[in-house]
Parts: sequence; structure tokens; C-alpha cells
Amino acid sequence: MLVFLIRRIGHGILVLWLITLAVFGLFFVAPSNVAQSLAGRQATPETIALVKHRLGLDLPIWRQYLNFIENAAHGNLGFDYYHQVPVTTIIGQALPVTVSLALGAAVLWLLLGVFNGVISAVHPRSLADRGLTLFSLFFYSFPSFLLGLLLLYFLYFRLTLAGFEWFPAGGYTGITQELGSWVQHLILPWLALALLLAATYTRLTRGSMLDVLGEDYIRTARSKGIRESRVVVRHGLRSALTPVVTQFGIDLGQLVGGVVVIESVFSLPGLGKTAVTAINQQDLPVIIGIVLFASAAVVVANILVDIVYAVLDPRVRLH
Amino acid sequence: MALLEVQDLRVSFDTPDGTVRAVRGLSFSVDRGQTLAVVGESGSGKSVATQTITGLTRGAQISGTAYFEGTDLISADAATLRRLRGAEIGMIFQDPLSSLHPHYRIGWQIVEMIQAHDHEISKRAARRRAADLLTLVGIPRAAERIDDYPHQFSGGMRQRVMIAMAMALDPALLIADEPTTALDVTVQAQVLNVMRRLQEEFGTAIILITHDLGVVAEMSDEVIVMYAGAMMERAPRRDIFYRNHHPYTQGLLASLPAQSGKRLTPIAGSPPSLINLPKGCPFAARCPHVFDRCRVETPPATDVQGDPRHQSACWLDHNVTEAVAS
Ligand SMILES: Nc1ncnc2c1ncn2[C@@H]1O[C@H](COP(=O)(O)OP(=O)(O)OP(=O)(O)O)[C@@H](O)[C@H]1O
Ligand code: SF4
Ligand SMILES: [Mg+2]
Repeated sequence: MLVFLIRRIGHGILVLWLITLAVFGLFFVAPSNVAQSLAGRQATPETIALVKHRLGLDLPIWRQYLNFIENAAHGNLGFDYYHQVPVTTIIGQALPVTVSLALGAAVLWLLLGVFNGVISAVHPRSLADRGLTLFSLFFYSFPSFLLGLLLLYFLYFRLTLAGFEWFPAGGYTGITQELGSWVQHLILPWLALALLLAATYTRLTRGSMLDVLGEDYIRTARSKGIRESRVVVRHGLRSALTPVVTQFGIDLGQLVGGVVVIESVFSLPGLGKTAVTAINQQDLPVIIGIVLFASAAVVVANILVDIVYAVLDPRVRLH
Repeated sequence: MALLEVQDLRVSFDTPDGTVRAVRGLSFSVDRGQTLAVVGESGSGKSVATQTITGLTRGAQISGTAYFEGTDLISADAATLRRLRGAEIGMIFQDPLSSLHPHYRIGWQIVEMIQAHDHEISKRAARRRAADLLTLVGIPRAAERIDDYPHQFSGGMRQRVMIAMAMALDPALLIADEPTTALDVTVQAQVLNVMRRLQEEFGTAIILITHDLGVVAEMSDEVIVMYAGAMMERAPRRDIFYRNHHPYTQGLLASLPAQSGKRLTPIAGSPPSLINLPKGCPFAARCPHVFDRCRVETPPATDVQGDPRHQSACWLDHNVTEAVAS
């Protein structure tokens, strides 16, 4: 276990390092004119040079890179070009929004997917199964931004027009400020992000559950005279969860992409939206900081998933 | 009165290809403390019949009665069956490698069974009972191994664990569905020994499903020979070997390998489709003694030489018996 952890953390650091290289490389290939835009349209070449110098952009790219790495190793991700706010502060402000969005959506899609999948598998070809299959097929190929826009149109726009102001158009209230408002602001983004994946997980859980329920050890469990609900959950679902957890690990990376889109659609001031703004403004330190942070989060989450995987299945030895 | 009395059990499955009539009018009984062996080729309905009795068959049409200590298991509700399963009727299955849950410690699995029926017992007492049972079935250092996972045991050891679990609540009946088929010969003998020892100690009745006539000779008091979902012959063990009547029984014995422990080499030909059964005797297509009547009328099971304990479903003269195997 320890060896496994050390190796996984080593891998993670390697991945993060490659990402810094890639991002720097990109901006080297497509040099920025951020100094120009900061200095203003009528700026003299001298002013621009001054701005460049202040931002450290006059240094050779490898020098800039080394500076960045050295600072990053001390937990300093630099300052944004426009307001000189530390990038760590920017991330710290946007993080609760993104975490609320991503975690909420993940919980929602897992619960929905696993619950529906189990119901489908326990009563295959029943009305519930057919209904849930239809639900899955419907959301299967629905891009989440489209779903987000539709939700906004019907549940915000049409409802509000009709006099029901149940859902806000977007924005965010902190969970510590007001719980109800937090949920109200996030419920549509959660749905937009979760429904598609819930559909996938319904199919996944159903298939996995059907396989498991045909296993000999399920027959043994029934032969012991324990309750059917216990047979299904403790004996069936316990095994059926393994592929679900694996898939969850894979989807965590995709979630990052979904978060960027959904934050923009619902104007949630999270990491995704901040990153998009930073890209438009060519605010390199913010972009690198967020990309690096998001990658680190995915790496850590994947290690956690592997640990859960090992806990779930005692036959898995971690190598 | 018999412990279990099955009358005219019928089980069929609706499939896309048609209705599979897996069990067709099976009747038998088991006495307390006795061992009934059920033999027959693959697909003859042995597993379906016994699993139907305990309510484990799903998606089937079922008729008949199966009285167990005064309760009809076929018409009993799910809760009644659940109370009986495990507590009064223990079960072990063919493949010990897949019959235990791979994600739970074996002690946990036995304790779960005990606590499902005994709501008073403390976890600690249930664990102690589980460890005692594991010792009883011959698992060395049971107190330590109780917290091991199934994959840490060999096949034979796992089948011992299954036996320990099935016997945990001292059931009146143990249904063992080919308990040794997946094991190699020496391990088979050990596992059978364990079963016999426990049977003597607890007075358990056993329904032993097997392909292996060697096992039948060693373990059984009475034998049922099944073919295509129906009983062909039923007799006390000695009669099955030395005074058998039914041509199918004789075919089985003739194909008995020199040393026991191998699967039967089947008689030439294969069993009929259970969807479109031909008229008459189901064995007619493969029977060396077949004659006209066999293809028209289905023979009922009737007494052989006036002995009600020995019955055969065959049109041949019931006063003549023949011994094939030694
Ligand atoms: N759920 C089911 N649906 C359709 N047919 C089934 C089902 N279960 C069993 N059968 C059929 O019922 C017949 C009897 O099967 P069963 O498993 O009882 O045979 P068996 O005597 O136990 O054979 P084996 O020695 O191979 O275990 C087989 O033809 C099988 O294909
Ligand atoms: S009834 Fe006829 S076909 Fe059937 S076993 Fe007897 S002799 Fe053979
Ligand atoms: Mg079978």
C-alpha cells in the first residue's frame, strides 16, 4: 500500500510537471501581447517595454519557467497581470464555487445512477426498467451545455415569466451564507452536469448488477434466508460497485471540462469561469495556476478512487 | 411421517424458444437422518427441482406440493421460506470457488447466516459458534482463519466452509447439489467424510445430487434416477446397484468408469429437448429395449416385484430385474 502510494504520488508530480511544460510551451508558440493591451492602445514602445519588464516578460522563456517553478515550489503561483492579486487568492475565492458544483453534481449523478441502475436490475424488463432505460437513452447523448441552456430556458425563463421565481438565472451564494439559496443557485447547474452522467451510470450499474445477481454467491446468500433487500444491497451492490468506482475515476477528469462549460452557462464565479476569463485576457499566471491546480485535484482524486477500489475488493493487491 | 414429501412437482420456464419443461411430475420423500441421492445426466432437472423446493427458482411456473414438517413449501409465502432457508434447510452448491462472496470474510458470512435467524445471539457468540463450526469441518487454526477471505482458501477448504455455514443452525435437511464435482478425488473423499460425520452428529437428512455413482454407493440410503425432468427409477441403494429395473439406470451403471470420481460417460445419444418432448417414454430414442408401446404411452412409475420402495417408470415386466454393474 505504501509503495503504491509513493509511486502514485511520484506519477502525479511527473504529470503536473509535464503540464507546466505544455502550458509554457503553448504560450511560447503563441506569444502574448498582454503588455500591449495593459499599456493601452497609444502606449509608446518604451512604456510597453517597461510593462514587460515589470511582469518579467522580458526574460527568456526558460528563465520565466524556472522562476515559476521555484515560486510554485514555495506555494506561490505568481500574481495576475491586471490587478496584481496573488493567483492563490484567486483560486481560493473561486474554489468553493467549483467544489460545490462538482461535488454536488457527483453525488447527484452517483446516487441517481446507482439507485436507478439497481431498480432496473432487480426488476428487469419491468415498467420501471423500461422507463429508466428511456430516461437513460434520452440523456445519453445530451451535451451538458445544451441541457444547461434548456434548463435555464424552461425552469428559469418560462417559469419566471409565468410568475414562479423558483430558480435564479445564475450566480452563486456561499453555503455558509445561506443554505437554501446555495441549493437554489446550484440545483440547475447540478442537474445540467449530473443528468447525462446519471444516465450513463444507470446503464453501467444495471449491467453490472445483472451480472452480479446471476452469480453463485447470490444464490448462496438467498439460501441463507437473509432478506432480499440485504441480498441485493449487501451482497449484490457491494460487488457491482467495483466497475462503477473505476468509471467514476475516469469521469472525474471529464468533470473538469463539464465544470468549465456549466460555470459559464450559469455565470458561476468558479475556477472554470475564472480560467475562461483569464484565457480571454491572456492572463498567463492565472491560467497556469488553475490548470495546475485542477490537474493536481484530478490526480489526487484518482489516487483516492484507487484506494476505495482496494478497500472494496480485498482481492486487489495494490502494485 | 417423512421429513420432506414432494408430490407431482412441475416446473417450467417460458423462453423465447418455447416452454422448457424442466421438471415434469416429480414425487419423492426423504426421511429424517437419511440420505437420498439424486442422479441423472446433465439437464435432467436435479438442480431446478431442489431449488424450487426452497424457493430459489425465479421466473418459473410451478405446481405440486412439497410438505416439509407440515408446511407446503410450494405455496408458502416468501417470509416463511426465508425463515426455513438456512435454519431448517441448509444448502451447498457445486462450485465452492464461486459460492462464497469474494468480498467478505468467511467468518462474517457465517455470522450473517446465524444472526439472520437467531436475533438474540450476540455477535461475539455467533463468531465463537462460527469458529467452532470451522473446527468441526476440519479447518486448521479456525480461530485465526475466520477473518480470512474466501480466495485465501483452497477449493476443498472452501467447500468445508460452505458445509460449516449450511450446518450452522443444525438444519433438519441439507441439500447438497454436486458438492464434490469441482474437487479432485482425494479432496472429494475428505469433504464427503465431513458431511457424513456431521450427519451422524446432528441427525441431518441429506439430499445429495451427484453425477458420481461411486458417491452414491458410498453415501446414500435411497436413490432417485432422473431423466428429462422425470423420475425413471427409485429404490434403496442396494437395489439400484444389484436389482435395478429401468434401462436408463442400467445404462448409467454400464457407463460407470472403472474407478470412481469421474463424470459419467453418457449413454449413446442425448436427452430429448424439454421444449418438444416426444410422446411416450422420454428414454425411448436411446433405449435398447424399446418397443411399440413405449413410443405411444408414457409409462407411470409402478412397484417393482411388488415392493413399494422400489419403483420404475418403464413398460418392461416389473417382475424381472437385472444387475449390470458389479
Ligand atoms: N431459468 C431457466 N430458464 C430456462 N431454462 C432453465 C432455467 N433453469 C434451468 N433451465 C433448464 O432446465 C433444465 C434442467 O436444468 P437443471 O439445472 O436442473 O439440470 P441438472 O440436472 O441440475 O443438470 P446438471 O447436472 O448439469 O447440474 C435444463 O435443460 C436447463 O436448461
Ligand atoms: S418404457 Fe420402453 S423405452 Fe422406456 S425405458 Fe422402458 S423399455 Fe425403454
Ligand atoms: Mg445441477
